[in-house]
Amino acid sequence: MLAQQLVNGVMLGAVYALIAIGYTLIFGVLGMLHLAHGEVFMIGAFVGLVVATHLSGNVMLALAAAMLATGLLGLLIERVAFRPLRGAHHLAPLATTIGAGIALQETARWYFGPEQQGFPATITLTLWEVGPLRVSSVQVFILAAALALMAAVHLFLARTRAGRAVRATAEDPAVAGLLGVNVEAVILITFFVASTLAGAAGVLVGLAYNSVHPFIGVQMGIKGLVVMLLGGLGNVPGAMLGGVVLGVLEVLGVAYLASSYRDAFAFGAVMVILLWRPEGLLGLRVQRRD
Amino acid sequence: MLGPYFEDVLVQLGINVILALSLYFPLSAGQLSLGQGGFMAIGAYASSWLTAAQGWPWPAAFALGTAAAAGVGALVGLPALRVRGIYLVLMTMAFGEIVRVFFLNFEPTGAAQGFRGMPFVTTLPLVAALALVVAVLAARTASSRVGRAFAAIKRDELAAEVIGIDVTRAKLVSFSVGAAVAGLAGALWAHYVQFIEPEEFGFHRSVMPFTFVVVGGLETYWGALVGAAALTLLPEWLRFLKEWRLALYGVAMLVVMVVRPQGLVDHRLVEAVRRLVPRPLKEGAR
Repeated sequence: MLAQQLVNGVMLGAVYALIAIGYTLIFGVLGMLHLAHGEVFMIGAFVGLVVATHLSGNVMLALAAAMLATGLLGLLIERVAFRPLRGAHHLAPLATTIGAGIALQETARWYFGPEQQGFPATITLTLWEVGPLRVSSVQVFILAAALALMAAVHLFLARTRAGRAVRATAEDPAVAGLLGVNVEAVILITFFVASTLAGAAGVLVGLAYNSVHPFIGVQMGIKGLVVMLLGGLGNVPGAMLGGVVLGVLEVLGVAYLASSYRDAFAFGAVMVILLWRPEGLLGLRVQRRD
Repeated sequence: MLGPYFEDVLVQLGINVILALSLYFPLSAGQLSLGQGGFMAIGAYASSWLTAAQGWPWPAAFALGTAAAAGVGALVGLPALRVRGIYLVLMTMAFGEIVRVFFLNFEPTGAAQGFRGMPFVTTLPLVAALALVVAVLAARTASSRVGRAFAAIKRDELAAEVIGIDVTRAKLVSFSVGAAVAGLAGALWAHYVQFIEPEEFGFHRSVMPFTFVVVGGLETYWGALVGAAALTLLPEWLRFLKEWRLALYGVAMLVVMVVRPQGLVDHRLVEAVRRLVPRPLKEGAR
């Protein structure tokens, strides 16, 4: 029973981590919170749904289309909600991104309607029994996809020139600029990568719960912020760990305590962590630019 | 006198002005809260439980609801003083969500089914009077010793401490007063619609006063007033666009921030208006 809950928790946590990595990348590079990130996730889920329903039953194609669409959406949000605010008060982007988020929610509500939409079953459901564990093919796909994306992000940041530029900019944008890093390009790359991850997470959540609606981004967005905080702001491995911690915590809380308090665990954990270890669980270098 | 529609809009305007000012107080000392919905819920639920289940007269219930929000505000504010900037934003967000989940599970006030049975108390004159009281409180605070201490902390906390301001106390006061005012807004709202449920005090509600203050302007209390008025009335005027109403609201917020980052009203505008009006209307001789 415990092992089963852990498996479910890790699955959920891997999706949280994908969203949180996006938050933390953007925070690391710009020092600003992107409060429309949950809506990027929501749009990703809807793009996946449309592609899977009307174009092709291939889940990989749906995933790729959602990632491309949200990547472009991320660039658009950067252009309208962040670029005009360079050097502004650090609270200003909270307002512009909340505004952009409302606009995205309303657009989705107008186009798809406010009610839940069933996500088409694109993966043949098979259940495997591994000892006491029951794992479905959907769960395996979700976990594999999330892990593959996290590995890709890690390799991108650690091994590529562009990834190194992102890390340098996160360290210090002014110095990175002096050393020849094109900071504006780095910001665009960061938004693209962060948003594709949120889009992929949207499709994965659609697969996991079989339903999508225009307001799923709100709760997911807040959960992603929680995870980013658990890991430490601007800390990518921390976000990965934080996702799994929150996923397991929630699943265990639901199983052994009270299911209706599920969301309170996450937020209670945030308050405790902020007071006890504001630098996050891993306690690595933290970006403080406020 | 007024049509019921206009009266409804004006009551909402009054409550939104109070809500906007609830964020102005902590913000004037440099603390942003995205958890005002939580304090509003406490004021709404506490006062409603007292009038509906305990049969208290509404003034006592309102007072206690406001005090309960202030008390919780102080409890949250005390540890929250250790965190600032974006960390405080995240902390207050978490607090708001915890309050929502608490009332979602709290049986004595109906849990997820919501709570009803409170009398209709919130008339337009009452809202107008209380909004005026809170606005005058904000205005008097801004030009007082305490208000100047808040402003100093907002500019530079370390420097404020060096010149002898009790930063901890000032931040705690600003945070608790903001919580109390949000609680008052909650009590008024509950006794207007006569039905409350936890979901209406979620993140969306906490974001409302923030958008009011940001669009109106962060620099003076006039910003909170103008922002609340503009964003309450704007959707009413744009009602002919029906489905796109809220989307336009979001876009308008974005545009204001990009075109005028300090918000619609800043110090310069307030001064310019003061110079146009020979005798200051709002501020009496001190």
